[in-house]
Amino acid sequence: MNHTKQNFWTKYVFATDHKVIGKQYIITGLIMALVGGYLSYVFRMQLAYPGQSIPLYGDMGPQQYNAFITLHGMIMFFWFAMPILLAGFGNLFIPLMIGTDDMAFPTVNMISFWIFFVSTIVLMVSFFLPGGAAAGGWTMYPPLSITAHQPTFWGSFFTGQTFLLLAVALEFVSMLMGGINFLTTTINKRAPGMTAFRLPIYVWFANLAGIIFMFSVGPLIAGAFMMLLDINMGTGFYDPYRGGDPILFQHLFWFFGHPEVYVLLLPSLGVTAEIISTFSRKPIFAYKTIIYMALIASVLSVIVWAHHQFISGIDPRMATFFSVGTILISIPFAAIILSYLATLWGGSIRLKMPMIWTIAGIGSFLIGGLTGLFLGSDTFDIYAHDTYFVIAHFHYVLIPVVIFGTFAAIYYWYPKYFGRMLNEKIGKIHFWLTFLSFHAFAFPLFFSGLQGEHRRIADYSSFDSLMTLPIQHIRIISTIATIILISSQLLLIINVFWSYRKGKVAGRNPWEANTLEWQTDSPPQHGNFEVYPEVYRGAYEYSLPDRTEDFYPQNEK
Amino acid sequence: MSTTTISIPSIKDVPQGRLGVWVLIAGELIIFGGLIACYILYRLRYPEWGEQAAHTSTPLGALNTIVLLTSSFTVVMSHTASIKKQLNKIVLWMSATIGLGLMFLVVKSIEYTNEISHGFTLTSPSLVAKGESVGANFWSFYYLATGLHALHVIVGMLILFIVMMGARKGKNLHRVELGGMYWHMVDIIWIFLFPLLYLAK
Ligand code: HEM
Ligand SMILES: [Cu+2]
Repeated sequence: MNHTKQNFWTKYVFATDHKVIGKQYIITGLIMALVGGYLSYVFRMQLAYPGQSIPLYGDMGPQQYNAFITLHGMIMFFWFAMPILLAGFGNLFIPLMIGTDDMAFPTVNMISFWIFFVSTIVLMVSFFLPGGAAAGGWTMYPPLSITAHQPTFWGSFFTGQTFLLLAVALEFVSMLMGGINFLTTTINKRAPGMTAFRLPIYVWFANLAGIIFMFSVGPLIAGAFMMLLDINMGTGFYDPYRGGDPILFQHLFWFFGHPEVYVLLLPSLGVTAEIISTFSRKPIFAYKTIIYMALIASVLSVIVWAHHQFISGIDPRMATFFSVGTILISIPFAAIILSYLATLWGGSIRLKMPMIWTIAGIGSFLIGGLTGLFLGSDTFDIYAHDTYFVIAHFHYVLIPVVIFGTFAAIYYWYPKYFGRMLNEKIGKIHFWLTFLSFHAFAFPLFFSGLQGEHRRIADYSSFDSLMTLPIQHIRIISTIATIILISSQLLLIINVFWSYRKGKVAGRNPWEANTLEWQTDSPPQHGNFEVYPEVYRGAYEYSLPDRTEDFYPQNEK
Repeated sequence: MSTTTISIPSIKDVPQGRLGVWVLIAGELIIFGGLIACYILYRLRYPEWGEQAAHTSTPLGALNTIVLLTSSFTVVMSHTASIKKQLNKIVLWMSATIGLGLMFLVVKSIEYTNEISHGFTLTSPSLVAKGESVGANFWSFYYLATGLHALHVIVGMLILFIVMMGARKGKNLHRVELGGMYWHMVDIIWIFLFPLLYLAK
């Protein structure tokens, strides 16, 4: 370990310490979530009150509407969810949980954060380009994403779509480098005694997520190259007149896009496992089974992608294959959720903020998973495709997973990294406002979707059947709930800053947890541990009958 | 700069760098895997692509295959030298590898010049004008795949050069092996591109 003298730049900006890098990712991600949230506020206002000027924005045309939904999706996936759940938490937790000083390649780690940071800048710049931001949807389907531009190099280079592709490319490079670091660290740097089946579930799941990402993103990178050439050089990879095929891009996109969902789901389920076990004071139920199930789900996740293309003219026999695969993949996830519920069952539950977020997350996620089963069957999907039913479905998956999971983790680990507890009272108000407004925003959309409200349309006033009063009310309720959802996040910001100064001092192990990160100072010093731990048992040995204390740290003899 | 060193106990002792490079290689192979899969699917769909592939120069492609295979041999030799800590020999074999990389690029640019002078470019406007726009797409793939590969050759040469400058002074000898692994990957990708673009006519 290196105790080199540090100045402001090496300590906070170009830091190689995994704890600082983790915080950098999370802060950037949270700021981007505000940007993504602001975009959703603007386009939801447009939907509820078409044609009127929007407070804090102004007038919105269809072009801006499409740009805003495009970048809302992009930002939420790649600049909020991935940087926080995987890069941020992975950096904060992995070295501490496996009992070592830092990542395997600290300098690579620093570089990957800064590449990620540059990608955010490129993305932000794309809003202000002369032609406007990319507006072809977050799926970037050609020909829409290509033909909007003239194929002259400089003329089309400074367009939203090209900048979006560049930003995504940089972000992928950064996440790939991060994934290499995670895997190498976990394989190589575990403390003595930390066998594979003594690892905390978060470590397992974050690594699986990293592997899924690395093995699914390659074809999309190749596909994005083809798209860049199509836009800027006038090639015809996706142009049917040239023998190209726009559907090719759909395959390349969803071969990555579907597994990406599990890249987010797994780290969040890992956080859930840590919290459920600690706050029910029980060993996690069927630890090994959970890990095998996650392995099975990871494999299955790369063979179901075409369930996003049931209406792209797919051969019905293939459609059946992808339907069955999709429905199969719910089995391992159901098993994981069931074993979490079994962990809760009969536990002496401590209903603190992290636990509240976790339970709310699992409960809400069930609605998303169930509606996913509907969509997985091609017969239903042909009817529901690209309606607000799908929008409601994936928000019921993503918000419990990404947002609730992130908040649970913030409440649970804040004491470790800042030395003080977050305030539970502010936390409860924050929770109820967020929870209720989320359901009020997403649930009505199932109904407007079933009535035929199509996504990616800025103004429905020319469709009489979609302007009836009930549907109008759904639009307005959903929009108001969005506003509450976004503004209640102010409470989290207040809580974080208030507790930083005034919160209760945490001590090493405020939640009486077993995993190694709790067995060192809060916050841990540079190098993490004063005595490097040795591991004697699994991560979840709570309430053992022959012990007076109901927890048993992994490194206690 | 004050540096204290505490040894950190850990469970495994796989050399960290080697593990990292393996993961990197896996990722790279999947990028090319996606590209090659797209190419094969199109090639099966369009017999016209065979006619276009007939215009690529098999002798030059074969020459380049031999050049790259030889460079794989020389890079292995530099690894052997690094085990024996023979610094001069490392530099010798490394320079040979970089030289062969350069030769590959020279042959490649001769091919490109030839093809461009016959009107086969990234977009091949002359083919499109003749109504062979499907064939033009072959050339888009050809330039994308070989261009991306050539880019990797250049990156590999840079990596080997940096490694060599260190090894010359006896620093970071283990990097010779890591650079070599990356170089082999570049080589293996070519082994897939060569039959697909030059032989399958
Ligand atoms: C677990 C986390 C999940 C996330 C984050 C997620 C996310 C998404 C997203 C973003 C879309 C919209 C794609 C578009 O723009 O067209 C979508 C659609 C879809 N999801 Fe999910 N999903 C998840 C789980 C599931 C599950 C568990 C299933 C099935 C068992 C499922 C089945 C589907 C299907 C079939 C579609 C296609 C709908 C259409 O074609 O319009 N999803 N999902
Ligand atoms: Cu999917």
